[in-house]
Amino acid sequence: MSGSLGAWEMIVSGDATLYAIVRLSLAVSLSAVAIAVLIGLPLGAVLALTRFRARTALIVLLNGFMGLPPVVVGLTVFLLLSRSGPLGVFGILFTPLAMVIAQALLVVPIIASLSRQTIEDLWHEYRDELTAMNVGPVGRMSTLLWDSRFSLLTALLAAFGRAAAEVGTVMIVGGNIDGFTRTMTTTIALETSKGNLPLAMGLGIILIALIVAINAAAWGIRVWSEQRAG
Amino acid sequence: MSSDLPVQFEGVSVQAGSTVILDDVNLSIAPGQPTMVIGPNGSGKTTLLRLCMGLSVPTTGRITWGGRDALRPGRLAMLFQRPVMLRRSVADNITYGLAKAGLSRKQRLARMEQVLSRVGLLELAGRPARRLSGGEQQRVALARALAREPELLLLDEPTASLDPAATRAVEDIITMAAQSGIKIVMASHDLGQVRRLAGEVAFLVRGRLCERAAATDFFDRPSTREAAAFVRGDLVI
Repeated sequence: MSGSLGAWEMIVSGDATLYAIVRLSLAVSLSAVAIAVLIGLPLGAVLALTRFRARTALIVLLNGFMGLPPVVVGLTVFLLLSRSGPLGVFGILFTPLAMVIAQALLVVPIIASLSRQTIEDLWHEYRDELTAMNVGPVGRMSTLLWDSRFSLLTALLAAFGRAAAEVGTVMIVGGNIDGFTRTMTTTIALETSKGNLPLAMGLGIILIALIVAINAAAWGIRVWSEQRAG
Repeated sequence: MSSDLPVQFEGVSVQAGSTVILDDVNLSIAPGQPTMVIGPNGSGKTTLLRLCMGLSVPTTGRITWGGRDALRPGRLAMLFQRPVMLRRSVADNITYGLAKAGLSRKQRLARMEQVLSRVGLLELAGRPARRLSGGEQQRVALARALAREPELLLLDEPTASLDPAATRAVEDIITMAAQSGIKIVMASHDLGQVRRLAGEVAFLVRGRLCERAAATDFFDRPSTREAAAFVRGDLVI
């Protein structure tokens, strides 16, 4: 188990390579979730509060897309961003930006689906009361978003967990370039196959710690909000 | 400001699919004593109240408020069988509706304290509303409705799931509201409650307005077979 000893040493000593990779991973996944929120939350709210013909189909599609295979999303974004693709002129393939876009696409369905469910449940409960109080569409939307903020935060944490842990999309559209687009997950994949176990294990430990911390935070928020807001 | 009363039902029917919920109801709700809407489950009481509030629309027939085809928002308030508490504190539940009605922050706080002390819950103002007991929640809902100073308050069996003490507290607030000039229209299937609160009675059976009378007349001299059976405490289906 010399690998695990080396891993702890790298973590404790603040190894520059290791922490640069962690920083890049966090930056990419947090940006991706931020962008996905801007798309997914309004989409979820609209799906929860409006009725139109393709609504059911869209909900089913989004629910299904929660389990999108990351490699397929990676491939799609790769084709869009490659030199011959429709967005090739921007030349952003194999950059962190490409990884952000790909991960955002991966988690938009998670945020949209979970927020749609949350907002719709609360709307069923509030509908008569808000209508009786003559609250308009904008007021309804803001009330529902505010009153379900803790559940929505849980959805964001779920999305971040998914983005941070996936390897398929960032590998394909980032290219796993040393010091530039190498994330925790792609490094683990590469270094394991090279036999450089300390770095792979060190990153693995940090990744797991992150995921556990996120879930603990989600749990804590839920308990705290139930005590506070009922 | 002109009034939303009387609320006038002219040949109002409501159908859901092939089920008739209300059948050719003609009714006028004018200022005065509380009107108790009574009848067995499924007789259309809730639908009648929802129509008054503009939450449902008639399939056929016409409803007017103070002679107009649309009701004026904010002059009517409604309480549901299960109180809807927003995921906020008791105080915020009250001020929320007032903010929507356009009151200033200072006015909202003053009004909130006034109505909460009126329903005896001022000391719970900071508590999360959804963690109160059923009776307390219904009183918060009453306070929230009264805070907007409605001229018509619609109540859909607000004490159906409350114990006697909580029911008494709610009835006292309703009586107080009625004495302050708010028109009360309340659905109930509790005969004792109807006797305690009613000025007049609207008796529904299977969606039809079977009888409309002053409470004393309804109890002493019911004019239909169904009403007589209901008053005796027989099962009217």
